[in-house]
Amino acid sequence: MAAAVGARRPPGVEVVEHEGEPITLIEACEGAPALWIVDAVRSGAQPGTLHRLDAAQQPLPAELFGVSTHRLGLADALELARALGRLPPQVIVYGIEANEFEPGSPLSPSVARSVERLADALVEELSAAVNAA
Amino acid sequence: MPDKRTKTIRTATLARVEGEGAMRVRIEAGQVTEVALDIYEPPRFFEAFLRGRDFAEAVDITSRICGICPVAYQMSAVTAMESLCGVEVGGQLRALRRLLYCGEWIESHALHIFMLHAPDFLGYAGAVEMARDHPAIVADALKLKKAGNEVMRVVGGREVHPINLRVGGLHRVPRKAELATLVEGLERAREIALGAVTLTATLDFPDYEQDFEFVALAHPGEYPIDRGRVVSDHGLDIAPADYMTHFVESHVPWSHALHSQRTDGSTYVVGPLARFATSYDELTPLAREAAAGVGLRPPERNPFRSIVVRSVELVHAVDEALALIADYEEPDAPALEVIPRAGVGHGVSEAPRGLLYHRYEIDADGTILDAVIVPPTSQNQTAIEADLRGVVERSLDLPDAELSVRCEQTIRNYDPCISCATHFLKLDVQRV
Repeated sequence: MAAAVGARRPPGVEVVEHEGEPITLIEACEGAPALWIVDAVRSGAQPGTLHRLDAAQQPLPAELFGVSTHRLGLADALELARALGRLPPQVIVYGIEANEFEPGSPLSPSVARSVERLADALVEELSAAVNAA
Repeated sequence: MPDKRTKTIRTATLARVEGEGAMRVRIEAGQVTEVALDIYEPPRFFEAFLRGRDFAEAVDITSRICGICPVAYQMSAVTAMESLCGVEVGGQLRALRRLLYCGEWIESHALHIFMLHAPDFLGYAGAVEMARDHPAIVADALKLKKAGNEVMRVVGGREVHPINLRVGGLHRVPRKAELATLVEGLERAREIALGAVTLTATLDFPDYEQDFEFVALAHPGEYPIDRGRVVSDHGLDIAPADYMTHFVESHVPWSHALHSQRTDGSTYVVGPLARFATSYDELTPLAREAAAGVGLRPPERNPFRSIVVRSVELVHAVDEALALIADYEEPDAPALEVIPRAGVGHGVSEAPRGLLYHRYEIDADGTILDAVIVPPTSQNQTAIEADLRGVVERSLDLPDAELSVRCEQTIRNYDPCISCATHFLKLDVQRV
């Protein structure tokens, strides 16, 4: 995803591949006027289902982004950033419904198609945002 | 009519936690009749998973057991394999590994003290709620954690699940100049850590003391982190290879995790309180001063004060990381050659939450035939249940909601390694 969007990103947009460690995530988004996050989610929907959430207005549903057992998740990181006044004014989170989380397992065809579809849509959305600014 | 002093305190599992923690305390007529803590233990899968893999792979496979203390798993794994093959990694290679381990202690302790445990004492549901009222405390915690992250990134290759450790040493040794970039952040972290000792010492601690045997590693001239003999305040002093003759794991019906006890059936404790009790003299002078400054002396037997001891260890870890960087000379080679041979190897190290034991049997080709991993949380489980019993007995007059919070706080004294979120246990109180 990062590579697909990175190659076609509009000027002024930075693409960061991030492991999800909350502290560096809060740092990475500090000072940015807008933030788009893409992550894998598990909600029980069909693999490849795309979720679009506006995190600037309200917290992310934690159950959607809590795939780690041993650390703060994405939802916690964004809420910490919000509490500290470090959350960018615009935050859109895309979740791609994953098929499986086994280490080393490849993307399933339905998820791979959604990644492509989202990359295209995201490039358009970013371009529109850059033009509007 | 039901006795008002009869009730069951029970946990429900939080949906976002894959490793479940559940707890049940039953009180009948003002007497605690049952305490059961059920912890799901991922390492059990890994032991089977390791069989048939190459001895050099254990370091990266076991790293995946925990996102908070991967270095602990890696270090116990590599030292087990190295001791089995008759190799001892010393000098600057060992110093680099210890520096990496300090980075993990800084990260892990900062997370637990500020994000997971402090909210219990200050009356918040979690770190996010606390951050709204105390942004400066949380901002400091983030700086501390970042200093630890940076050590992990520079020495370990990345912040989460570092990839630079291997049997015999490291894959790549950092340049002196790379380590120099860590100094400024660590110096700031040292100030914050000193502040954390003062801050945590002013918290309100429930009146409770335990009397269990403290078990930790010990090595002359150093605070126990990456090596040592297994010692206790009751006179135990054994080589890591004898661990399994002094400690036993057993199944209990109410938990997926194995309970660890001394072979005589007695309860013991690993972690900050145990290390503080057995190796206080090996803390850096600054860490000892910080402890003395708030009246903390070994042995500290109130588990709620572990948050202060953890803060003292935070000072130590930052202080020692700075010393290791100051003394660093680039080694000629990143690793020693390690040739596998058939046998059994034992590796112990001090994860931030306590002693972590690994045992491997490999054949002459280096294939792993058997693996045993005893994590600190399993070792502390019996003590946690005993504390719950003791704390509830002393707190029967608390309202149900407060008693539930007190139970959670009691469990978190041990920084149990299922802490995915601010609060991993949700407690409901039911009157019978």
